[in-house]
Amino acid sequence: MKNLKTVVLQNGEIADGYFRMAILAPGYTRAAQPGQFVMLRIQEQIQPLLRRPFGIYRAAAMPAQCSGLPEREFVELIYKVVGKGTTLMTTLKPGDSVELLGPLGEGFTIDSNINNHLLVGGGIGIVPLYMLAQQLCKRGDKVRLLMGGRSRDDILCISEFERLGVDVNIATEDGSLGETGLVTAVLERELLNFPQAGVYACGPMPMLSAVQAICCSAHVLLQVSLEALMACGIGACLGCVVPGREHSDDTPQYLCTCRQGPVFAAEDLAWPSRSNNDCHSGQGGK
Amino acid sequence: MRDIPEVASDVAVKMAVEVAGLTLRNPVMPASGTFGYGAEFEPYLNLDGLGALVTKGLSLRPKAGNPTPRIAECSCGMLNAIGLQNIGIDAFVEEKVPFLKGVSTPVIANFFGNTLDEYIQVADKLEKIDVVTGVELNISCPNVKRGGIVFGTDPAAAAKVVSEVRRCLTKPLIVKLTPNVTDITVIARAVEEAGADIICCINTVTGMAVDIKSRRLSLANGTGGLSGPAIKPIALRMVHQVVNAVSVPVIGVGGIASAEDALEFLLLGAKAIQVGTANLVNPGTMGEIVVGMERFLAESGISDINDWIGSLHG
Ligand SMILES: Cc1cc2nc3c(=O)[nH]c(=O)nc-3n(C[C@H](O)[C@H](O)[C@H](O)COP(=O)(O)OP(=O)(O)OC[C@H]3O[C@@H](n4cnc5c(N)ncnc54)[C@H](O)[C@@H]3O)c2cc1C
Ligand SMILES: Cc1cc2nc3c(=O)[nH]c(=O)nc-3n(C[C@H](O)[C@H](O)[C@H](O)COP(=O)(O)O)c2cc1C
Ligand code: FES
Repeated sequence: MKNLKTVVLQNGEIADGYFRMAILAPGYTRAAQPGQFVMLRIQEQIQPLLRRPFGIYRAAAMPAQCSGLPEREFVELIYKVVGKGTTLMTTLKPGDSVELLGPLGEGFTIDSNINNHLLVGGGIGIVPLYMLAQQLCKRGDKVRLLMGGRSRDDILCISEFERLGVDVNIATEDGSLGETGLVTAVLERELLNFPQAGVYACGPMPMLSAVQAICCSAHVLLQVSLEALMACGIGACLGCVVPGREHSDDTPQYLCTCRQGPVFAAEDLAWPSRSNNDCHSGQGGK
Repeated sequence: MRDIPEVASDVAVKMAVEVAGLTLRNPVMPASGTFGYGAEFEPYLNLDGLGALVTKGLSLRPKAGNPTPRIAECSCGMLNAIGLQNIGIDAFVEEKVPFLKGVSTPVIANFFGNTLDEYIQVADKLEKIDVVTGVELNISCPNVKRGGIVFGTDPAAAAKVVSEVRRCLTKPLIVKLTPNVTDITVIARAVEEAGADIICCINTVTGMAVDIKSRRLSLANGTGGLSGPAIKPIALRMVHQVVNAVSVPVIGVGGIASAEDALEFLLLGAKAIQVGTANLVNPGTMGEIVVGMERFLAESGISDINDWIGSLHG
């Protein structure tokens, strides 16, 4: 964990409204764990004031070059343009300065007793799943990615997962790629084939709630990666909390997303479906 | 003609200040609620290099805080409605004090209550904790027994809580004022008379943010406290007013993000400064501020920061 004053190596559009950025990041190939994130300071000015949180898609190293450039470690982010900060990010060019705080948070926990894994992603939710797939594949486990989005433009980086040896199912709501419909329908079906699988999900909240309900009734372990508004990313402001399992209006219980998450065991969180309590018996904690 | 200062960057500048019995290595400390309980910043900052360490606001019992969303970014600042979430004074003693014992910087415990009695009980406990060198009383809280009127907006209520707390404490007592009043000097004089050793200002400025996409208020709480560079001019004005209104030392806070910002407050006569929101943006900020101030003073030919404090040309 440190604050790196560093530079952008690459930045370009990979699909309509989605960009990929590589940032020079010494130390990240060893330090970054699947599911962790960084706080990116886009420029050293007070507007926009706050850093932006982004999941780590990949940390790797570029080999030394005969021109004399030494080996360079970098971290890759994939981002969707949604507002001021992400729009500003699209204008960054190689060599531009940024500040990177990280790697931060608690990532995915890998349970050595589980050898079958279902990774469920919705749109930009693909990001934290790549390093997870890398680690699981390295163990020789069976890994399947279930990827959903509104249309084909929201399905990113699939071939990179396939190259790791991941089996991929795609579902789009408009049917422009893969099956037509929601990725949660694919999950229900795949859980029949792999009833002992561990499930890992990242995507919009309605998708995560549906995934939680499905995993709960199938009695499988689920870990989810959450997004929350963040100011600091290091547990100092308590702006990023989410309701925990014991939460109620009368006795609130909040968990800190940046510090205790962003990856949580589903059973540690409060879910809209009342079924949460029923599935504790079937699930162990993260 | 302007004096051109000697450039003497190798001159060692004396940075230590005395603030009403608190001896500080330098005048830079975190603002409560933006620094956790200190340990969160250890990877990014030498805690022993700070003037003091100010904790998150503590209450008698643990407080869960407000529903989300709790924060919203706005032009050059942010709004927060955290709702004073904290682990409570007893858990502070058990879980955080052991770490703080290993830090050589003076620890200032910020605290609050929702009734006069709660304030007194917390003050009693803080007096007994050795590692706590000084206390900072946050009076920007609603008094639930009096229809939720904020203690710090009524001179009589503010004086009452300060004098009651004063009686339980031998440690230096900082009273932190809210800017959400018509005339801050009235409150400042009232708390000085009631026994405040030091006045700290300002807390956040009440504000609001609206989201036109969802057609909702951005914060679940409706209103929130504005902080960050956006409030610096307000903070400077109020620190200036308070410095001129009272004889106890003043700690300046509000929008400080750089050495230059900090030097502005000191020039007005603040004896020390606190950094809040800037810690959230860059956890190393305070270290950079200390170094930047030293460099500026050295380059200006000033060998003791006390010669800078309050040296505004009339
Ligand atoms: C742990 C974590 C990992 C994330 N990983 C990715 C990722 O890999 N790729 C990606 O595209 N996005 C990711 N996000 C969401 C991303 O942080 C926001 O889309 C981004 O901050 C929006 O900034 P903006 O200035 O463009 O939007 P604006 O709406 O202009 O931002 C205003 C404020 O709201 C915050 N904000 C807005 N949307 C979100 C959101 N969905 N989540 C959190 N804060 C938000 C901003 O940080 C900022 O403080 C992640 C969020 C978290 C918490
Ligand atoms: C997230 C957050 C939490 C805060 N919590 C407290 C608190 O618990 N007690 C307190 O006295 N002030 C609290 N404050 C106010 C700050 O200490 C400070 O007075 C204010 O933010 C102005 O300074 P700044 O502009 O440097 O942030 C909080 C501010 C922020 C942004
Ligand atoms: S973002 Fe500040 S505590 Fe999590």
